[in-house]
Amino acid sequence: MEEFKVPPPSKINYLNAEYGLKSWLLTRDHKRIALLYLGSISFFFMLGGVYAMLIRLELLTPHGQIMTSTTYNKVFTQHGIIMVFFFLIPSIPATLGNFLVPMMIGAKDLAFPRINLLSWYIYMLGGIVTIYALLAGGVDTGWTFYVPFSTTFSNSYVVATGLGIFISGFSSILTGLNFIVTIHTMRAPGMTWFRLPLFIWSHYATSLVMILGTPVIAITILLLAFERLAHVGIFDPAAGGDPILFQHLFWFYSHPAVYIMVLPGMGVVSELIANFSRKNVFGYSFVAFSSLAIAIFGFLVWGHHLFVSSQSVYAGMIFSFLSFAVAIPSAVKVFNWSATLYKGSISYETPMLYGLGFIGLFTIGGMTGLFLAALAVDVHVSDTYFVIAHFHYIMVGGTLLAYLGGLHYWWPKITGRMYPEGWGRFSALVVFIGFNLTFLPQFLLGYMGMPRRYHYYPEEFQVLHVLSTAGASILGVGLLIPAIYLLWSMRYGPIAPANPWHLPGLEWRTQSPPPTENFEETPIVTWEAYEFAPLDDVEVVGKFGERKAEV
Amino acid sequence: MQSWIPFIPESASTESSRVDALYFYLSGVTAFFTLLIAGVIIFFVIRYRRRTPHEIPRPIAGSHALETLWSVIPFVIAMSIFVWGAGLYFHQSRPPQNAIEVYVVAKQWMWKIQHATGQREINELHVPMGQKVKLIMTSEDVIHDFFVPAFRIKNDVVPGKYTTLWFEATKPGTYHLFCAEYCGMNHSQMIGSIIVMDQTGFNDWLSGNANQQTAAGAGQGLYQTLGCASCHGNTGEGGRGPALLGVYNNKVQLSTGQTVQADEAYLRESILNPQAKLASGFGPIMPTFQGVVTEEQVVQLLAFIKSLSSQPAGAGGAPGAQGSPKLPVREPTR
Repeated sequence: MEEFKVPPPSKINYLNAEYGLKSWLLTRDHKRIALLYLGSISFFFMLGGVYAMLIRLELLTPHGQIMTSTTYNKVFTQHGIIMVFFFLIPSIPATLGNFLVPMMIGAKDLAFPRINLLSWYIYMLGGIVTIYALLAGGVDTGWTFYVPFSTTFSNSYVVATGLGIFISGFSSILTGLNFIVTIHTMRAPGMTWFRLPLFIWSHYATSLVMILGTPVIAITILLLAFERLAHVGIFDPAAGGDPILFQHLFWFYSHPAVYIMVLPGMGVVSELIANFSRKNVFGYSFVAFSSLAIAIFGFLVWGHHLFVSSQSVYAGMIFSFLSFAVAIPSAVKVFNWSATLYKGSISYETPMLYGLGFIGLFTIGGMTGLFLAALAVDVHVSDTYFVIAHFHYIMVGGTLLAYLGGLHYWWPKITGRMYPEGWGRFSALVVFIGFNLTFLPQFLLGYMGMPRRYHYYPEEFQVLHVLSTAGASILGVGLLIPAIYLLWSMRYGPIAPANPWHLPGLEWRTQSPPPTENFEETPIVTWEAYEFAPLDDVEVVGKFGERKAEV
Repeated sequence: MQSWIPFIPESASTESSRVDALYFYLSGVTAFFTLLIAGVIIFFVIRYRRRTPHEIPRPIAGSHALETLWSVIPFVIAMSIFVWGAGLYFHQSRPPQNAIEVYVVAKQWMWKIQHATGQREINELHVPMGQKVKLIMTSEDVIHDFFVPAFRIKNDVVPGKYTTLWFEATKPGTYHLFCAEYCGMNHSQMIGSIIVMDQTGFNDWLSGNANQQTAAGAGQGLYQTLGCASCHGNTGEGGRGPALLGVYNNKVQLSTGQTVQADEAYLRESILNPQAKLASGFGPIMPTFQGVVTEEQVVQLLAFIKSLSSQPAGAGGAPGAQGSPKLPVREPTR
């Protein structure tokens, strides 16, 4: 209503270089593709969120008041599928990663801009097929698709949903491939491997998992479809097959997929902690290599999902040992982030609040992972709400918080506008409180024996379920607030300077929003990562950049 | 024992207090590190807050000593948890020889239970306190999971194979039985009760439900009607087919030259898919019984074959049709 008071950005940038639908749908600019992803991922996040609210509302009462068991089973299945495959896996890499990987290393674009656009179209095609499956009747197998229920007994759209996931997997592979080639070949002069921001290291590790792991889920889904349609017998004991084989194949991808979700979040948090305390990351190389260690060891722990599946006792012990081992690099990261704060100059803007929240919640998520790696305790808590609470601490407390923190942090660069700081801090606090109230009770529910995927439950569990639903409502409000003010700020937010946080990273050395080629001229890097200079000394590359002069 | 601690389920087996002890250790470690990290962060964030907009703190390179320290200490703690958890798991996965055997067949959406003494139950399992009970479980359709929170035990029940669980209940009472592996529409109603009784009560319950065939007796009936006897002999002495007397839990020489242990899984496979692992010296003449017998009938046949093993050779036949209230405590197989 008062837009005339706020002058629009005057300079040519990637947002106003071209207009019209075609200029977006046929763009090869990694920044525009990042925004295409941002829009579509936000849609899927809201859809998954609606399912989450339906679950929490239904579990207010022990006997299921709102929907039938069949509907409830579809709702939790679809919540999982949408959130895992269409939000969490692409979230940070496809939006923030797409936008920032070239900018942070001083490149004009990703190595394969057309493949980058293709990956978005593949993602959308996968999403549309999945939404077709949901509208046609939905799917009720759980997001894990365990056989023989999914192959023989379920009367829902298993193959169509699987096809959607199968297709979207290719977008993940293409993104990973693009990142790896870009990081290897397109670093600006002087941008050596050990000058890379840790965001890049973690995206590199993530990309390795994407290209090595995703083909396995594709094969698994194909086998599942063959089994369901043609009954080839590979998972059917009556035909000499083995239903447990499916679980091995499924988790061989789906456990590393957890690291696809959380490694980019760790990269974001490394940026937030360093930049908002103006300190170089403590033990840079340990944090960088711990990402690679997690990516590699992450492939060796899938069997910890099968401790009660009739896997051999000795296999169980080896997988338990390896699961404890993979916890160490994560612990190293947490200690290094904490040590980074030591003798820093810490400010408390919204992104930092999310970053600090991440460390706290990720610590709880990681520590409760030890309960699940400990064989005898896992026997009791596996398939209970303890597991639900644990992985939501990693995926919501970890990935989602990092995503929101990163979105706020780079929002001025992406849109050229500032978000309202007061609302940002307030909603970060609401999210933190709502999240903990939702999922802390679920740890207790799990140890008390409440199984997951239960529509009806014994009455003694109701109090904790009511607490959890109350928390989910607060969390929902906390997520709605940024959705509103971020949209608002795109039009009405104060104009963002080139470098609102006074930082040395390359992405801050060009105008906000950046021009289509990112930098007016190829930058030459002469500084280490996180080398903080006095405010005036941060060089801006090219004539487009504005010097920060608000000292 | 820990009933005064909130949010801990009832503890009613020898296993449960052991698992709880490890759980408390883990909770302590978690609380310690979470508070440590949170405390350090809060302290740093307040102590080193930005005081002037221009300040640039001195960079700190890092410290190999600290990195080593905070890799090694968590690793040592993790290993202590690993060893503790693996030890309990190993113990729990080895059913004792002298346990009472109970057969569990799961199907959408019920638990069908058959005692060796013949009593059958649905969604209920009566067990005596202070005795070891071994469950031999399979599924007729999808994967289910037998979960008794009060005993801290759980195992998947998988079609096509036998899985086992064992426990020793320590406290009379009625406890939840949940299906913990998602199995379709009424998954959350695939629940039941474990009723732990003292020895007298359990004996009364057994005799009150005794007018049924024992599992082995029912198996013997099937053995005759299905025509098994024509090749394996009336008393399992063998003929065109291998002898069944004493075969259970003993080594079988296969036609491939390998040797297998004739456990429940092998015997089941040999009924449903006889050609898979042929005993040495016998031709592939046995028809498959896949689809002819139900999982429950397979279980009864197994009970009969096992009863052949536990009898003195030549005694022949199976235990009488009338289940005696005497507990079927099997001698350890040698």
